[in-house]
Amino acid sequence: MQSNVKFLSGNEACAEGAFYARARFYAGYPITPSSEIAQIASERLPALGGCYVQMEDEIASMAAIIGASCCGVKSFSATSGPGFSLMQENLGVAVMGEVPCVVINVQRSGPSTGLATSPAQADIMQSRWGTHGDHASITLTPSSVQECYELTIRAFNLSEKYRTPVFVLTDKTVAQMREKVTLFDPGEMEIIERKKPSVPPEEYLSYRPDYDGIPPMASFGDPHLLRITSSTHNEQGFTDDDPSNAFKLIRRLYDKIEGNVEEIGQIKTHFIEDAETAIISFGITARAALNAVLKLREEGNKVGLVNLLTIWPFPARKLNDAVSGCRGLLVPEMNLGQLVREVERTCCDKDVHSYTKSDGKNIFPDEIIRAWRESQ
Amino acid sequence: MNATAKDYLRQDKLPHLWCAGCSHGVVVGAVARALAGLGIPADKTVITTGIGCFGKADDYFATHALHGTHGRALAFAGGIKAVSTDLTVLALMGDGDAATIGGNHLIHAARRNMDITAIVSNNYNYGMTGGQCSATTPGGKKTSTSRYGNPEPGFDLCSLVVGAGCGFVARTTPFHVRAMEKLITEAINYRGFSFIEIVSFCPTYFGRYNREGDAAEMMALVKERALGKDKFEQLSPEKRLDHFPTGKLHEETKIDFNTRYREVQQKARDNSH
Repeated sequence: MQSNVKFLSGNEACAEGAFYARARFYAGYPITPSSEIAQIASERLPALGGCYVQMEDEIASMAAIIGASCCGVKSFSATSGPGFSLMQENLGVAVMGEVPCVVINVQRSGPSTGLATSPAQADIMQSRWGTHGDHASITLTPSSVQECYELTIRAFNLSEKYRTPVFVLTDKTVAQMREKVTLFDPGEMEIIERKKPSVPPEEYLSYRPDYDGIPPMASFGDPHLLRITSSTHNEQGFTDDDPSNAFKLIRRLYDKIEGNVEEIGQIKTHFIEDAETAIISFGITARAALNAVLKLREEGNKVGLVNLLTIWPFPARKLNDAVSGCRGLLVPEMNLGQLVREVERTCCDKDVHSYTKSDGKNIFPDEIIRAWRESQ
Repeated sequence: MNATAKDYLRQDKLPHLWCAGCSHGVVVGAVARALAGLGIPADKTVITTGIGCFGKADDYFATHALHGTHGRALAFAGGIKAVSTDLTVLALMGDGDAATIGGNHLIHAARRNMDITAIVSNNYNYGMTGGQCSATTPGGKKTSTSRYGNPEPGFDLCSLVVGAGCGFVARTTPFHVRAMEKLITEAINYRGFSFIEIVSFCPTYFGRYNREGDAAEMMALVKERALGKDKFEQLSPEKRLDHFPTGKLHEETKIDFNTRYREVQQKARDNSH
């Protein structure tokens, strides 16, 4: 019998998570440090009855996964900063057209070609606001190989449930380091499939939302004719520029995600119960932060850690509740200060300190300890 | 019951929004008649479009539709076809979509050889946004962004896709309505990537800027310039400049992507045992 315990890289775990979630189509363009996901998809998907297509660029990759998803096939891609920038155009189509899909963005140093290929955590805002126009974002941030696996599965579940693109935002270090990971048995984890129409074909409207604000989705080839559009549209899926219709649509697309932040947003806390100060972090930096917390605790300092597993929608209430007993917060991140602004907005009664680093190197525990001491 | 073109069109959306005299509607009619003639079920047909006048074409079809971003109709179509061997996938594009912003997708779709039919209604300019020049605007022609004559030459789309590996290439005009329907029918039947260029006309902008007259006069001009492939090839090089070849320009049998991918799937399964 094969063991479920494996020694995998973060990229390998993301691919395993996608297959477990029954993803069967991958379109992508190779880019370091994400390419292992494409390589694994090209090798494994055909045996699963799925399909891998290497497209001419990331614009086309994003378009192709949207097209395949409209056929009812769970679809994904993986990329890094420069490719993620190219995907932003058609990510807007997935948002406006409400097409489920998952994009794994393995962050690397930028802007542009940048330090090819060094780690960074500077795509926080690109994940939130990368495509133009008002919209919400679901972005999950694993800090371990196990979380790469579990959060990729969760990304597909959220994507299908909310009919929206979901990002798994890893970084070069989490993606390429190897750790022990326990894979799930078939049936062990719930896999969510998108809601299909329950009305007869002639009554089906592609964008008529249910009580939950999410329209059931037919597939191309079904007797229910599906119209997907990137234009501001009515329930029939035809362009409609009436201001009240436009506002209603934008509001619904936004609210279906931001209104469910309690379900979507996840945090993991360590030593938070008696903490007087806390470190707020995510991704690989949260691992260094946990090490720093352990060392500071050994010295008798009551320091806690909040590891954000979701950065968008920002889990504001959960974070606030977790740090309610803390007077000061420290936010270390591998950029010039993106996450700290959300923490400042959310925890406005706290003394919030920022520690940033943007030189292509990871943040090490000693740096966090030093920054914590300076913040005291 | 035999299907008619009306079964593929959304009657409640007609008349279409295009200008009086625009030739895009002729193409929509021919596509609907071709689908009806082939008896392809509407719910097994997907139409993808991008942006521009002809990017509105999906509105008129009672089929599945994906109306996306400028130039990406073929990239969306590729994802659809990759996972749906049984669906008929048509990408309806203008010259801006297919050849200009989407040129990269066009050559790669031709090379990749998925069983998709690309229909380009080429009116040599961007009608929807005020008649700017495109990658097919001929050298010297006037548009709203080439007032002194276009300094760049235009693409010959059919030669481009033949070079990129397309196995079925045809060209016709809105005057040749029966030929258009026949060629679209053949293109849909062709297994692999098929490409049809319709040499259309835009009386509102291109015709006005270049003093080609009203819609009827532009139609007459297109008719005069179009020559069957054989007749065109008999012309001297100088005379060819005033004409373009029409009809089926290139056909060869090729193995399409989905057939090849089934072999990949089989090898992968054999390998995993």
